Amino acid sequence: MSQSDFIILRPSRGWASLNLRDLWAYRELLYFMTWRDLKVRYKQTVLGVAWAVLQPFLTMVVFSIFFGNLAKVPSDNIPYPVFAFVGLLPWDLFTKALNDASRSLVSHQNMVTKIYFPRLILPLASVFAGLVDFLIASLVLVGIMVYYIWQGQMRFTWSLSLLTLPFFLLLALITALGAALWLSALYVQYRDVGHILPFLAEFWRVLSPVVYSATLVPAKWQLLYAINPMAGVLNGFRWAILGTPTGPNAPMLISVGVAIFLLLSGLFYFRRMEKIFADMI
Amino acid sequence: MTTVIRVNDLGKRYRIGLMPQKYQTLSEKISLTLSAPWRALRRVQAPLADAADTIWALRQVSFEVEEGQVLGIIGRNGAGKSTLLKILSRITEPTEGEVMIRGRVGSLLEVGTGFHPELTGRENIYLNGAILGMKRAEIDRKFDEIVAFSEVEQFIDTPVKRYSSGMYLRLAFAVAAHLEPEILVVDEVLAVGDAEFQKKCLGKMGDVARQGRTVLFVSHNMSAILRLTQESIVLDKGHLVLRAPSAEAVDYYLSAGNARAGERYWEAGEVPADAAPFRPLALRVRDAKGNVADTVRSTEPCTIEVEYSLSAPLSGLRIGIYLSTARGEYAFTSFDTDDPMLFERYASRPAGHYLSRCTLPADLLNSGRYTIGVNASSYGVRRYFMDEQALTFHVDPAGAPGMQWSEPRPGVIRPRLRWSIERQ
Repeated sequence: MSQSDFIILRPSRGWASLNLRDLWAYRELLYFMTWRDLKVRYKQTVLGVAWAVLQPFLTMVVFSIFFGNLAKVPSDNIPYPVFAFVGLLPWDLFTKALNDASRSLVSHQNMVTKIYFPRLILPLASVFAGLVDFLIASLVLVGIMVYYIWQGQMRFTWSLSLLTLPFFLLLALITALGAALWLSALYVQYRDVGHILPFLAEFWRVLSPVVYSATLVPAKWQLLYAINPMAGVLNGFRWAILGTPTGPNAPMLISVGVAIFLLLSGLFYFRRMEKIFADMI
Repeated sequence: MTTVIRVNDLGKRYRIGLMPQKYQTLSEKISLTLSAPWRALRRVQAPLADAADTIWALRQVSFEVEEGQVLGIIGRNGAGKSTLLKILSRITEPTEGEVMIRGRVGSLLEVGTGFHPELTGRENIYLNGAILGMKRAEIDRKFDEIVAFSEVEQFIDTPVKRYSSGMYLRLAFAVAAHLEPEILVVDEVLAVGDAEFQKKCLGKMGDVARQGRTVLFVSHNMSAILRLTQESIVLDKGHLVLRAPSAEAVDYYLSAGNARAGERYWEAGEVPADAAPFRPLALRVRDAKGNVADTVRSTEPCTIEVEYSLSAPLSGLRIGIYLSTARGEYAFTSFDTDDPMLFERYASRPAGHYLSRCTLPADLLNSGRYTIGVNASSYGVRRYFMDEQALTFHVDPAGAPGMQWSEPRPGVIRPRLRWSIERQ
């Protein structure tokens, strides 16, 4: 062992550095925690992985009946079920990631109080585990779209805009992680967060173009509306897959900026509070 | 020799929570409730600002550990042992002072952490290994060894929720034991599992020490401390009070911490609330003349008495004493209703003040320090009270058989046996 291979433990003051090197050293743990979440999620269920498909599918059916058929919410000339499902894909990913990651520290209390590892692993693993459900549900979207094209109710044109999907996916993950970093660290001290989360998800959904199109929002409010990064994500998804007129524009830059700010501030807050996790949880 | 751990003026302060507030009126209560979030916010911004509701779990602790040393850490509950281990294994941050550590710290205080009941033994080995900081290649390499050590080969592909608690524990320990850190921290794990398994754990620890790695060993089992460590530190109320060869440290701990010269009183605050209706009052050792004594003679009978009260009638109550040596080995166990006649007569005891007393015959115990543990229970119903180290006392060998030779005599008892010698 080299002489320099030692660590110093001392009280940290103020804003701790991010210490990403430590996170890198523990990357295998991130992999295993994600893998565990996936492995365990559908154990001892009858329907198993079908749940990943059923949840967005049934939500889409309900939305189509009430918002599409009864309320006749305009959907940018796309069949409402397709319109809704394309929105539900990133939305479900986002809420699931936000919820699981925000609860990750408290639900792994015994790990936090017994072992050292970079605590960031826990919210990160929760966010990544949601991706698999997202991919499975995406296959269903392909099925739904094929059906509507075959029925002649919509047309699909290949375009380069499809290549921007990973970017919007990343934006959704950054938003979820950024918010979850704040919430998970707060949750350690204040169990109020557990009660806020379901409410927050509902509230956030109304503010995001999940069941309606962002084109409904008056032009003068678009800048304000874009402060919600999920508006950018959903608009981007619909634009990239369905060709709706909600493509990249100036307000979307605001979404990106807010998401990045959320992530960076969340990271620093999380790191600052990390030292008291084991004592307070 | 290189220093692998250097602890310098280490301190850890905990907040003991909000002091209980006395609400006088409803309006005060409402205003306190409304201002709670604000007060909470202030606390976050100025953590540990006011000393009134904080406690030092560890203060001004300094010591060094050389590479390859096996150091014992002893102290009563709440002395700061766990806090020290938590800081050394980076779970929590010190409040003051600093620690320098060279090498990976593995610990056996976290066996089974992160185990998921739905996953199989095989999957949990990988998961738990990663949690403890092992690389996947390292786990691959040691997999067979881990499985063999845990003795759960046949069930390795069964979810661990179907395991017996013994199997679960063995598997968890096996993973932790194969971590091969430069510094191993061992807490009270040895208190769990069956005797066979405990032996295995101690064996593994001995191996680790022989390989020249550094071990910190925390235990209440003085016999294990004496067997496995050469040197120990004694913690008391967060301070390091002694660092000495283990025999000396154990002796110090057993006499200074626990004994009060042949007598032990229990204050109301010391007795757990769930002991009721049983309430221990005192435990005493009396010499042949009936005086309370810290030292009794091996050649004379002595008396051990337990004084207690019952706030409600109890049936089937039995008061037991456990006598163990300074090394932690049991010498004997005895209950006040062992005698069938007393058992019949005290099938139930009305509320009141009691004294259960027994006499140890002369020429029973060898010289040395002994610990008395007290137990109050109703067999098959519940245990009301237990204190395994209630009192210690010393047995003086003056006049005992074989005193013409000054050598120490092994063995717990020193009976005066009738020998005859015949020339044939």
